[in-house]
Amino acid sequence: MDESGGGPMNDFFDAIDFIFSERESPAGGSQVGGLGEIWELMWPHLQLSGAAMAIACAFAIPVGLWLGHVGKGGFLAINASNVGRAVPSLALIAFFVAYLGTGFANLTLALVLLAIPPILTNAYTGVRQVDRETVDAARGMGMTGSQVVRRVELPLALPLIFGGIRISAVNVVATATIAPLAGVTTLGDPIINVNTYGDEGRLAAALVVALLAVVTELVLGAVQRAVTPQGLKLEAGGRWRRLAFAMPNNRREAPT
Amino acid sequence: MNISDSAQPSGPSPRPSAATLEFRKATKLYPGQTEPAVKQLSLTVPAGEICVLVGPSGCGKTTAMRMVNRMIDITDGDILLDGQSVRERRPAELRRDIGYAIQQIGLFPHLSVADNIATVPRLLGWDRARMRARVDELLELVSLDPHDTRDRYPTQLSGGQRQRVGVARALAVDPPLMLMDEPFGAIDPINRERLQNEFLRLQREIRKTVVFVTHDIDEAIKMGDHIAILQKGGKLAQYAPPAELLMAPANRFVEDFVGADRALKRLALQRVRDVDLWKAPLVRTGEPVAEARAKLADSEVPYPLLVDDQRRPVGWLSERALLGERVTDELRSRADPVLEMEDVLRDALSDLLAEEAQYGPVVDERGAVAGVLSIEILSHALKTDPDEVPSGADAL
Amino acid sequence: MSALLAQVEIRERTQDTCVSDNGFCPGWIVDNFDRYVDPFVQHVLLTVVAVAIGFVIAFSLALIAYRRRWLINPITQVTGVLYTIPSIAAFFLLLPLTGRGFLTAIIALVAYVLLIIFRNVLTGLDNVPEETKDAGRGMGLTDRQLLWRVEVPLALPEIMAGLRIAVTTTVGLATLAFFAGAGGLGKEIFADIVFKSNVVVAGGLAVALAALLDGAILLAQRAITPWTRAVAAR
Repeated sequence: MDESGGGPMNDFFDAIDFIFSERESPAGGSQVGGLGEIWELMWPHLQLSGAAMAIACAFAIPVGLWLGHVGKGGFLAINASNVGRAVPSLALIAFFVAYLGTGFANLTLALVLLAIPPILTNAYTGVRQVDRETVDAARGMGMTGSQVVRRVELPLALPLIFGGIRISAVNVVATATIAPLAGVTTLGDPIINVNTYGDEGRLAAALVVALLAVVTELVLGAVQRAVTPQGLKLEAGGRWRRLAFAMPNNRREAPT
Repeated sequence: MNISDSAQPSGPSPRPSAATLEFRKATKLYPGQTEPAVKQLSLTVPAGEICVLVGPSGCGKTTAMRMVNRMIDITDGDILLDGQSVRERRPAELRRDIGYAIQQIGLFPHLSVADNIATVPRLLGWDRARMRARVDELLELVSLDPHDTRDRYPTQLSGGQRQRVGVARALAVDPPLMLMDEPFGAIDPINRERLQNEFLRLQREIRKTVVFVTHDIDEAIKMGDHIAILQKGGKLAQYAPPAELLMAPANRFVEDFVGADRALKRLALQRVRDVDLWKAPLVRTGEPVAEARAKLADSEVPYPLLVDDQRRPVGWLSERALLGERVTDELRSRADPVLEMEDVLRDALSDLLAEEAQYGPVVDERGAVAGVLSIEILSHALKTDPDEVPSGADAL
Repeated sequence: MSALLAQVEIRERTQDTCVSDNGFCPGWIVDNFDRYVDPFVQHVLLTVVAVAIGFVIAFSLALIAYRRRWLINPITQVTGVLYTIPSIAAFFLLLPLTGRGFLTAIIALVAYVLLIIFRNVLTGLDNVPEETKDAGRGMGLTDRQLLWRVEVPLALPEIMAGLRIAVTTTVGLATLAFFAGAGGLGKEIFADIVFKSNVVVAGGLAVALAALLDGAILLAQRAITPWTRAVAAR
């Protein structure tokens, strides 16, 4: 790969330039670059990520909460993340493309599968780590099962749930970068189809993707902080909750 | 006091096995505080004795103890171990010379019992064989079976066993001084008493200098040769043997802390053999009744005591046994409680009360009756002048 | 779609109907298995080297931050950002600096695992009970002896857990390493992304590798932390 003369800093300036101004495609015949282009690439990226996250949450949160509430399926819930980690995102996408074909829907499905494990594990763990005495007291006051979930376990599990959402969201945003392999044009297009956009386009896309991921992380992190009850925040080790990876504690719950 | 001595491969350590400890106006003032946690503490612990630091929470007793091995730095004053200031020694090196046993025990979960005990020896470079022998020796000393226990992990032991291993670990290199911070505090009361007795028995064998911290005045009286009562703010209220503490409290605080029932506590210091017993009216079956009545008149005990040929007590005779010419064996009640010369008065009193008896026969080592102890004698002992009362150490 | 096809190397396909029907073809797999060997080896190399380097760096950082608590926040923030940046983006952000190849991939992969290991080492050390440390110090262990003989061993379960997570995620990310020109199983997946057999084999090998390494670390953990399995006294 040739670098344009002038070293790495020049490359970065070129990339930033790409973001803001249009120019002719190196492959000829069309205009690339500029904020409009970036947005055209980002919008499907966001759509894809958003759709996948929404579906994943709709499935994983209730299931995780319920499993945690009844105390069953722990093995599944905890090892879901372990298994999910072991499957490379590229392999997952490729698998779906090979077996189901390309397209937005198929890709969304693949991303949903990618997104579910951390949310499921965290929802389960979040409920399990609610003080048993608190739950006891709630039952003693006459709350039904679902009331206990809604009014006691869910609020107390929220920080961890959002931690899981955070992890998933960043993963999904990152993986949506290789969506063009499955026929959906996202911010990864300049990376995969470098000839159309040029080297500076590819670097620009990389920058934007990185930025998008970091912003996602920060925004969800702020949301997570916002939903953390004051009392929990003051707990020792509170700072760990900020990057709350509910790493399933393999020693305690997963029968390894 | 050369550390390298204990690293010698064989033979006993030539340094003294018990050191003297002196607090010389030792003070600890935490930065930002106006009042010191320990205020000019001065006392001397003779070699081979147990000094108990006792007081209400916040009185600085644990702080004072931890100043000895410099887990807490001394602000002012000094602490001398065998005449040498602890401040002159490097902390880690000093601590290897001092046994350390804390309330939560703090055994290393990742090491076996044997490795736990051998921690300091390993630091000092002992060879394998020597460590192994020492571990087995120590386990037996604390009444644990070496074979059974040495390879276990702490989680596999009960609380009492862990406590013993903790003590064994503290004794590993035969240190001249032991620091013990509520070592039996985390144990249930029944086992605590056993462990206390065992430690005292151990102490009679090995005679170490021990600084023992507790909040329990009863434990202090039981364990201590000398007791230092600390008031809040780390001030020494009184430093004295247990008997003196009970009999002559230095001030109101000590009086209150030792408790209004200190008279009863004094009973723990005396033994049955220390008091004057009543003469027992001993009769045997078949004895002439006239003789029996004569003995009865001579004694302060209202009933005759039936004994066998070895003068062992059988029971208290009923009136009807003396109706005929010869004494029969009709009893009004059994001989219980049968008391021994070595019993402490407190236990004797509790036995009498348990049997709802006014009197109890006292037997010697052979089981033969030596006299009778009554509730009256006991209450008299409570009021007696302290002069004849032996100190706590002798009483044990 | 045309853009996609333009990227795909059309593999030479035999007259085998299974293959031309794009099915799962054991015959083809057996015949062509050796084309996966090199990528597999590259993949292993990428993973092991990246995790090893990442571990050394993160472990050292954690030891330093353990004593100087004020460092925890800054280090967490920095490694957190590195963690968040998608590796594929990282490969290309590094491109102007380190070019294509093994080094670029390694740097990006190392950057990713730093946070995971840093956190787990620190958590493991922080979880050592206070009274155990007090007993250790009171017995005359120096700070260094306490660290290596007591604190680190007791932190091992947590550290190993972090290693397992690091390894499995790195295997996953290494599939994208070919974007940085470092080969790996991802290259094979990408080469014929529509051919089922290819995808299943290449992807399957990656998953198998992750499981293998995970299991290996788990076994190692069992071996070096025998006390965690001792059954507690009643």
